[in-house]
Amino acid sequence: MKLIGEKGVHRILMGIAFSAISALLLITLFIISEGLPFIFEYGLTDFLFSSEWIPAEKKFGIFPMIAASLWVTFGAMILGAPLGVAVALFLSEYVPRSVMRIIKPTIELLAAIPSVVYGFIGVMVLAPIIRNYLGGPGLSLLAGSVILGIMILPTVISISIDSILAVPQSFREGSLALGATTWQTIHMVTIKAAKSGIIASIILGLGRAIGETMAVIMVAGNSVNIPGSALDSVRTLTANIALEMSYATGLHRQALFATGVILFIGIIILNSIASVALRKRAVR
Amino acid sequence: MRIHPRLFQRGAVALLSGATLITLVILIFIIVFILRKGLPVVTLDFLTRDPESMGREGGIFPTLIGTIILPLLALIIATPLGVFTSVYLSEYTRETKFTRIIRFGTDCLAGIPSIIFGLFGYIFFVLTLEMGWSIMSGGLTLAVMVLPTIIRTSEEAIRAVPKTYREVSFSLGASSWQTVKNVILPNALPGIVTGVMLSIGRCIGETAAVIFTAGSSLRLPATAFDSVRTMAVHFYILAREGISQENAYGTAAALIIAVLAINLIAYWLMNRIIARRG
Amino acid sequence: MSYKFTTNNFSFYFNNTAVLKQININVPEKEILGIIGPAGSGKTTFLRSLNRMNDFEYNYNLSGSILLDGKDIYDPKFNVIELRKKVGMVFAMPVPLPMSIYENVVYGPRLSGIGDKKRLDELVEKSLTAAFLWEEVKDRLKLSGLRLSGGQQQRLCLGRVLAMEPEVILLDEPCSGLDPISTAKIEDALTRLKKDYTIILVTNNTKQAARVADKTAFFLMGELVEMNETSQIFTTPAVKETQDYITGRFG
Repeated sequence: MKLIGEKGVHRILMGIAFSAISALLLITLFIISEGLPFIFEYGLTDFLFSSEWIPAEKKFGIFPMIAASLWVTFGAMILGAPLGVAVALFLSEYVPRSVMRIIKPTIELLAAIPSVVYGFIGVMVLAPIIRNYLGGPGLSLLAGSVILGIMILPTVISISIDSILAVPQSFREGSLALGATTWQTIHMVTIKAAKSGIIASIILGLGRAIGETMAVIMVAGNSVNIPGSALDSVRTLTANIALEMSYATGLHRQALFATGVILFIGIIILNSIASVALRKRAVR
Repeated sequence: MRIHPRLFQRGAVALLSGATLITLVILIFIIVFILRKGLPVVTLDFLTRDPESMGREGGIFPTLIGTIILPLLALIIATPLGVFTSVYLSEYTRETKFTRIIRFGTDCLAGIPSIIFGLFGYIFFVLTLEMGWSIMSGGLTLAVMVLPTIIRTSEEAIRAVPKTYREVSFSLGASSWQTVKNVILPNALPGIVTGVMLSIGRCIGETAAVIFTAGSSLRLPATAFDSVRTMAVHFYILAREGISQENAYGTAAALIIAVLAINLIAYWLMNRIIARRG
Repeated sequence: MSYKFTTNNFSFYFNNTAVLKQININVPEKEILGIIGPAGSGKTTFLRSLNRMNDFEYNYNLSGSILLDGKDIYDPKFNVIELRKKVGMVFAMPVPLPMSIYENVVYGPRLSGIGDKKRLDELVEKSLTAAFLWEEVKDRLKLSGLRLSGGQQQRLCLGRVLAMEPEVILLDEPCSGLDPISTAKIEDALTRLKKDYTIILVTNNTKQAARVADKTAFFLMGELVEMNETSQIFTTPAVKETQDYITGRFG
């Protein structure tokens, strides 16, 4: 280090930071530049709202995929969010801290399981159950929602626990001192205080769900149609990209890139909302 | 009719504990389901033999190599890049609008789905730079994918180092770099290590980004520009194409064990580092 | 009588608000200068200007000059790192670095390039003795600094500064969180140290200044109101505000 000197170190670090940031910028610009021209040429409204995805005829309406993504994510949220928040509450408020410190990382382990494994389980276990008891092909919107709901649990639980633990103990003590039960304190005081963090965790979970590719490909069926019921086979935006990318050329490929751009923008919006909510929690 | 608060409390506890039970059951079920049928398949033979007839028989050795090489390459590139970038941003720059934009950008990119990185890697590395489906394309794509996460977790870890430590170091005549090297990095290490290990875990389980950039060749790679298949990709292909259920379970079991092992090592490492600091 | 520090119309602004206004002070060498004044009077800002710790703040401005041994420390060519080695600081809260006692003390010297173990060992013993801590910790130098009591930690911080063999020691309310016995130990240490070092002690405890300081300066709202021999300040202060502060009428 003496050889380089303080100024030298400063310059090296600046160079490294510059490269890293340029790399990230490159990706952003690249994706946008590959996808945007198509959108302008084809027309945004036709792209987003037409239900006809027939690459052979140069028809690229992604509405069914948008519907599929939205429904699957919505389903995931209905299943995963309440379950996740409930678990987070239980682990932060009702369980001794030492126990929580073992269970929380264990649940975070759930997040480490590769998505293809989740998909596999969906195919081998969930889909047959749905097919036999509820009808339909089994590989369906419902299957996708359930699997995604499970996949977002660790995110929701982890961040919600952090938010709930961040609520000052004095809040709880004040409520309990007034004669409230633990549950009353929780739902009238603690949840309100941790609200922005909990909401942020759900939104981040949604971001994960919308971006999930492999698991959905395996369990959701991949038919291009607007879902009529939860038992219908559907194809999400991500699945569409992954399935067709390998053989798409020319306009078709550009359409897939454009889909990527739409996803990109959607997730950025989602995550921005989440970080605003998270920052609100910190300020409190 | 008003339900007595105590009763409500009991009901709530039942509900919440039930939810937790369900979640834990799901986790255990997933692991048991895979390991029950898969663990018997994972023998030393399985791990060291080459696959035969497209994976219908034989072992998964090349995929094991792929699963080790790709994340390794990715992290060799992304870790120094990411850690030193966050060092530079926190210690050598003032908080300006510019740095806030950068932070926002990296936060965003950390949340972008891997398929999009796969897209990028395919067009940029595989086609434009003509690297083809290769270890290089795959490694570089994964590096770019985990870079935002590493920058972000490193930055949080660095921020968590108390301001007073910096003050003391400077007041003793230390320069910025000496303070970073002797005070900040050692104290931020637990957080940084966690971020790196989590990224490794993510790379190991990654499929979409890998298929489009590293390809899916079952041959043992000879150079950095050869295509390679990872265990995750292998598992996906076996399962989806219905090639061999038995081997699929085996591959999945090996995958899960690898990923769980990494996470446990991460926790253990982190706890050790924290304990040593006193 | 030579002056270690001389300031000429030194003013300091945070966000364009003047926190120090036209300070003119001559700090005598090898004496203890006590700086007293109510909260917000600028004492700490002044102290931190002397070793340029204020450089780390945002949105600040300054005018005038501070001379150390006749040289302007804010001159762009002036080596800040060397300044901080010559002018050490003990902060209000004891901040042991998360390392052993030994490592804490040798942190500074090591950075200056001293690697010889024997020399470092000597330095540790010498500094901790001067800080009145050696006897208590000499058998457990490998213990983490965080495991000491508050008073011991603060003496460790003093020892850390002494290991740099500075010329000036700045102390910013060093005893504010400590019990009377620890306070007394630190005061004893300072009284011994002034033989070899120039010491500037900011304190909000006027009695401490009366006990320990040779000269005392009274700051109020960013201005140096009065500075004189301690005995003078505490018996016949020249300015009414000084009198009021000392007798506890405000602050």
